[in-house]
Amino acid sequence: MTYAYYPGCSAKGSSTDYEKSTQAVCDFLGLTLVEMPDWNCCGSTPAHAVDTELSAALCARNLDIAARQGAEMLLTPCPSCLSNLKHAANRLEKPEFRARVDALLDNPAAGNFPAVTSVMQGIAAHCDVNDIAKHIRKNLKGLKLAAYYGCLMSRPAELMDFGDPENPSLMENLLAACGAEMLDFPLKTACCGASYGIPERAVTARLSGRILKLAACMQADAVAVACPLCQMNLDLRQPQAAKAADAFFNMPVLYFTQIMGLAFGLSPAALGLEKLRVSADSLLRKLEAEGGKS
Amino acid sequence: MNDDINLSRMRDAAFTEDVEAQSGQKVSDCYQCGNCTAGCPAGFVYDRQVNQIVRAVQLGLKDEALGSRSVWMCLSCSTCSLRCPNNIDVAAVMETLRHMARRENRVAAPKVENFWFSFLDTVRAFGRAYEIGTMALYMLRSLRIFTDLDLAPVVFKKKKLGFMPHVVPHGGAAAVARIMRRYKERAVHERVRP
Repeated sequence: MTYAYYPGCSAKGSSTDYEKSTQAVCDFLGLTLVEMPDWNCCGSTPAHAVDTELSAALCARNLDIAARQGAEMLLTPCPSCLSNLKHAANRLEKPEFRARVDALLDNPAAGNFPAVTSVMQGIAAHCDVNDIAKHIRKNLKGLKLAAYYGCLMSRPAELMDFGDPENPSLMENLLAACGAEMLDFPLKTACCGASYGIPERAVTARLSGRILKLAACMQADAVAVACPLCQMNLDLRQPQAAKAADAFFNMPVLYFTQIMGLAFGLSPAALGLEKLRVSADSLLRKLEAEGGKS
Repeated sequence: MNDDINLSRMRDAAFTEDVEAQSGQKVSDCYQCGNCTAGCPAGFVYDRQVNQIVRAVQLGLKDEALGSRSVWMCLSCSTCSLRCPNNIDVAAVMETLRHMARRENRVAAPKVENFWFSFLDTVRAFGRAYEIGTMALYMLRSLRIFTDLDLAPVVFKKKKLGFMPHVVPHGGAAAVARIMRRYKERAVHERVRP
């Protein structure tokens, strides 16, 4: 399988730790991610909120590049990019829609696009859960984690192909294979407030506060995430969320790739753990203590 | 006669058809169970709940639907679509209403639209989103210079945001600017607000 890798804009800005840990974990598992050189922004929420054709045109340029470089699959770590690219590819199957989008592009887009998939699914397709267990150097036994997918990754079900749209389980499977104890987290696909943190802070603070409060009540050691915006809302904005929830949180929020990387024995620096606002030291200490026991 | 409830004057059947055509959703299938509203995470900041917006569309109450703040506060999480027993993609209906409201320059939540424009301006300039640039433009547009100032110390200490924009190489940034220019020109040509 030949992959094209689409990191998304956050990978170059607010989520360099997601990018670093994604690269490190995929490299460790022998899944080669070759970044498309001249990819552009998918337009994220602002583009589709403003106009569907504009959003599809921004996505089509990327899909076109991936198709022309002969990729069979386009992998992206970001659920927002994933959702936009998949929606665009789907809408572009309608000839009238495609004609209007093509008119916005320099040249009409390629006829067939590669399938778009999340890095998480790419990892699971590349090596099954048993293979992952064989790679473990530091078992995560004793770590209690809440997997939080956010709202985009699994919805709409027929397009995203991510299992049950309100109860996906892939992240739990991957992290359980690393030895972690996965909580049955009821808010796993609830919305964190998305990009409203800037224009309407109260919305994001309240929704993220609810998620963190439940994770804390369930005594999670950390929340595992797969989305740069969810991570920012739950980690960087954690004090705002705590204020809204009338609570105090000290909840580490790690990308699932950072947690897998720990299980593979990769160093905290190789996984960008220093970027987290809420330090992961409590996790590392717990892992050390557990390791001492066995 | 009380003008406030003159439905023959207020109802616009063409509006219902427009929304159904543009969203591809059969809004008339809705029997008002309220599942969408029950699951909506943003309902607490809505002026009308999702099922009421859908009702307004069914009745052809264009002003009620397009003038609502709710269509701007919708987070596009699709929980409503997922739980609709009639398989209406309610989130697509909300997005269609947002598009229609925008085109008619009926923006009930200017801060939200300002944020989107600020984001898209950076994409137009560099081909990729530039977070600090988005923030700066948003502050200028909305005159809210203290937005998220509480986050600044951590953002700087942890180098959370890239200080320099990422420009798409190999002429990609210019290609993106051309896409956005053509979009704008077409909107002007079709006499809708871009």
